[in-house]
Amino acid sequence: MSVLVLVEGFNGEVKKSSLEAATYGSQVAKALGTDAIAVAIGEVQEAALAALGAQGISKVLFDDDVRLHNFVAEAYLKVIAQAASQENAKVIIFSNTNIGAALGSRLAVRLNGSLATNVTELPVISGDSFTVKRSVFSGKAFADVNLTGDIKIVAVKKNSIAVNSDAGSNATVEKFSAGLSDADFAVAPKETVMQETGGGVLLPEAEIVVSGGRGLKGPENWHLVEDLAKALGAATACSKPVSDLDWRPHHEHVGQTGITISPNLYIAIGISGAIQHLAGVNSSKVIVVINKDPEAPFFKAADYGIVGDAFEIIPKLIEAANALDK
Amino acid sequence: MKILVCISNVPDTTSKINFTGDGKSFDKNGVQFVINPWDEYALTRAIELKEAKGGTVTVLNVGEADAEANIRKALAIGADDAIRVNAFPKDALFVAQQIAAVAKENNYDLILMGKESIDFNGSQVHGMVGELLGIPSIFPAFKLDLLDDATARLEREIEGGKEVLEVKLPFVASAQQPMSEPRIPNMRGIMTARTKPLKVVEPIGGEPKTEYTNFSKPEKKSGVRMIDAENAGELISLLRNEAKVL
Repeated sequence: MSVLVLVEGFNGEVKKSSLEAATYGSQVAKALGTDAIAVAIGEVQEAALAALGAQGISKVLFDDDVRLHNFVAEAYLKVIAQAASQENAKVIIFSNTNIGAALGSRLAVRLNGSLATNVTELPVISGDSFTVKRSVFSGKAFADVNLTGDIKIVAVKKNSIAVNSDAGSNATVEKFSAGLSDADFAVAPKETVMQETGGGVLLPEAEIVVSGGRGLKGPENWHLVEDLAKALGAATACSKPVSDLDWRPHHEHVGQTGITISPNLYIAIGISGAIQHLAGVNSSKVIVVINKDPEAPFFKAADYGIVGDAFEIIPKLIEAANALDK
Repeated sequence: MKILVCISNVPDTTSKINFTGDGKSFDKNGVQFVINPWDEYALTRAIELKEAKGGTVTVLNVGEADAEANIRKALAIGADDAIRVNAFPKDALFVAQQIAAVAKENNYDLILMGKESIDFNGSQVHGMVGELLGIPSIFPAFKLDLLDDATARLEREIEGGKEVLEVKLPFVASAQQPMSEPRIPNMRGIMTARTKPLKVVEPIGGEPKTEYTNFSKPEKKSGVRMIDAENAGELISLLRNEAKVL
């Protein structure tokens, strides 16, 4: 038996979320006394795959079919299912990305396995039970879930597991073909459009996020958010009213009905902190709130707060950030 | 065009979340339930498609009798009829099996639901239903248009961008903002909803594959540390040296 980790490539590299999944998978493998094997998908270089040895992966199966550079659910499922069967995988680890969520649910049915998504901690394994902790109620609670199926599939919440990077041996990269037919690519994207990223960092993968609300008064002031993000190496985000007003695109909207993020640092500027907004950001490790209203409810959920005028405060923060040793 | 919209009955976003003394189940006491906000995007898009192209919108809930208030609300918003599978939704697979059983009987052209529920945040049911029925499942879709009677054009979100897909019906799509603008039921809708058919069916067997053993709440934050706006730059050194996040 083995532990299988799904690794997603992006622009030749392995996504950070997949490094987290690989770290998680190798820890589970260690607990079970077996090997962690990865199956790689997407546009990624072999050297980046070999480097997964640093996360404890012993072998990487790689299907370099160019048709797999785009996400095609059926084709990806066949690749993973075949890798799982070849390696007799009893545990399969994903990152809780959009791809991971789209695949995990189908794979659980196909392999007759158990699935837990949004998982925040390593499993507790004892005898037959395999229990993971997952985030529920939009970050307001945790649930312990025992996965009772023979095959256990775990989708790890982004930024929940610190990436392990032991300098050491490389993983072996093994060519692998799932023998895909044209029919497996029937539901393929016609077109893929990547977003412009304000600070140059993708929001769902970001460790630091600078977010603006209506308190910034208009889209013409967004350079402040972007400049602070640039100084901190952060991604930019916004509140729902800001995306509703079209000051910023919808894909930057974090909150209950936008995207949910869990960065190490979330800086909210001019956002009052409605509960719908908190639902999207409350698992951030450190929250900074900057607001001119000392009664803004967001301060109750914050670790650090500054009451004052954002237009005066942000330039001071940019100056201090630029003065840091990088 | 026959559209099935699956809705979940969930605690309102503003609810305080509590669990029973043994930590094993959610405490419904004093909690206001709503239609899962993500499912509302699916519901209103289904109604818009029906208004433009004709057809029917059926609402499906797997839940106990107390979900009926929100099922009626979905009818008031504009669905034509409803089905409730009379069962406690044990886990995502169990729910998906119930939905798939209803879908097999009725041959829907389109099955829509939200990308996840705001209580269990699983994002599992859409894919499981698709796999059980052997049809595509598109996750998470923020745009859905019909090109003709047999083909739809969808836009789905991927990390860092979007993909445009053309998919033959039938399929499952899970909705997210801004697929549609959720509607508030009007008085006429509320009146007509009272007499729209709501069929209660018993669940098929179906085995959950997960077991919830305990619920807990995150540790409370120790409180906010305020920094004087005049010395705002101090924040940056605290973030580096104290919080260690820079």
